[in-house]
Amino acid sequence: MSSEEIFDLIIVGGGAAGLTAGIYSSRAHLSTLILNEGAIGGQMVLTDEIANYPGVEKTNGYLLASIMKNQAKQFGCKIKSNLKIQAYYLEEKIKRVVLEDGREFRSRSVILSPGGRPRPLQIPGEEQYKGSGISYCATCDGEFFTGKELIVVGGGNSALEEAVALTTYAKKVTIVHQFDHFQAFQHAVNQAKMNPKIEFIMESELRSFHGNSVLQEVSMEHLPSGLITTKKIDGVFIFAGYIPNTADLEKTIALNQRKEIIVDSDMKTNIPGVFAAGDCIAKKYRQVTTAVADGTIASLSAVEHLRS
Amino acid sequence: MKMLHTNVHEIETAAELEKLITENDNVMVCLGRMGPMCIPVYDVMEELEEEREDVKFAVMSFDSPEAGIIRNHEACRGFMGLPFTMYYKKGKVVHATSSIQNMQQVTSILDAQFSVSNVENA
Repeated sequence: MSSEEIFDLIIVGGGAAGLTAGIYSSRAHLSTLILNEGAIGGQMVLTDEIANYPGVEKTNGYLLASIMKNQAKQFGCKIKSNLKIQAYYLEEKIKRVVLEDGREFRSRSVILSPGGRPRPLQIPGEEQYKGSGISYCATCDGEFFTGKELIVVGGGNSALEEAVALTTYAKKVTIVHQFDHFQAFQHAVNQAKMNPKIEFIMESELRSFHGNSVLQEVSMEHLPSGLITTKKIDGVFIFAGYIPNTADLEKTIALNQRKEIIVDSDMKTNIPGVFAAGDCIAKKYRQVTTAVADGTIASLSAVEHLRS
Repeated sequence: MKMLHTNVHEIETAAELEKLITENDNVMVCLGRMGPMCIPVYDVMEELEEEREDVKFAVMSFDSPEAGIIRNHEACRGFMGLPFTMYYKKGKVVHATSSIQNMQQVTSILDAQFSVSNVENA
């Protein structure tokens, strides 16, 4: 089942980078289609408060994403979301993106902006106890654990900041981290260390979750010794970083060791007519503003490519 | 007062919910907030609303006092993650989930609980 239309540009991903690219390309009169696997807005909608987006004093990720989506649509950009992409055929002049349901979309150029997603632990019991003791959002679910004992997994800024936030509800929070030091900024580490409700288990990883209808216990491994222990627990919050959504692109496009897409300063990939933008590319800083910049550059490069 | 900024119909009272599940065979109701685990589920519902005419979709604010009808439902016992999503068939709860669900997960529940063959066999 193939769409008759050949778009000028297909954008894969509807986060800040993809929506910005959609705004620019549609405004430049390119027929543009955004194919988005999750909810429109990507990681942006996971942010409760955005106070550093220039020109907007304070907003939340959902509102900002909604405005970007409406802007793109107003310029004529088509958006299809909550779908699953099965395959990419990007080498030919006419590029093809095939969905799991058999639909196929074609275009003269492609911008890849599939973003990233929270890294799951992928250990036994994780899916079973999601929502019944395992959570990925302290703001959403913290109050369900009032007076309870929690584990927070991770060592980055999110993990430490959310651990501190969870002490508002929990009687005790134990941070479990795989290394002997944290990756978070020093001020976040200090905040956590100063909090009397927070304890630390370093150089350890969770191995499995156990319980009945709700989570009751975890098993964890002390990495240097290999010793496995169990711990009674009411809830586990997982903030183990993000991974780029590039698994389906591995055989198609040049990625670095961290599975991020390699681009040049014009957001060009190793394939002519294929560009990339946002959290999926190899870069140091990941912010809404940097994604917006990437999307702008990728879109202008696509316009230039199509007109050359 | 409406609390959820989504395009899915928002129920504000327990009476409205009762009416919805009484007047419609298949109903999916998502009880949540405007948070990162809830918004993706509303997005899935908005998308499905166009293709699943056999199902009525609605959202309700978790913080509304009227939402106790779902929060305190037996099917939600042990739930510790937003949103709480309820599936009603002919007025009865046939399935409930806690926390974020993707399109595939929601679709498979709709198919399992509300499919035509399911109705014929009921």
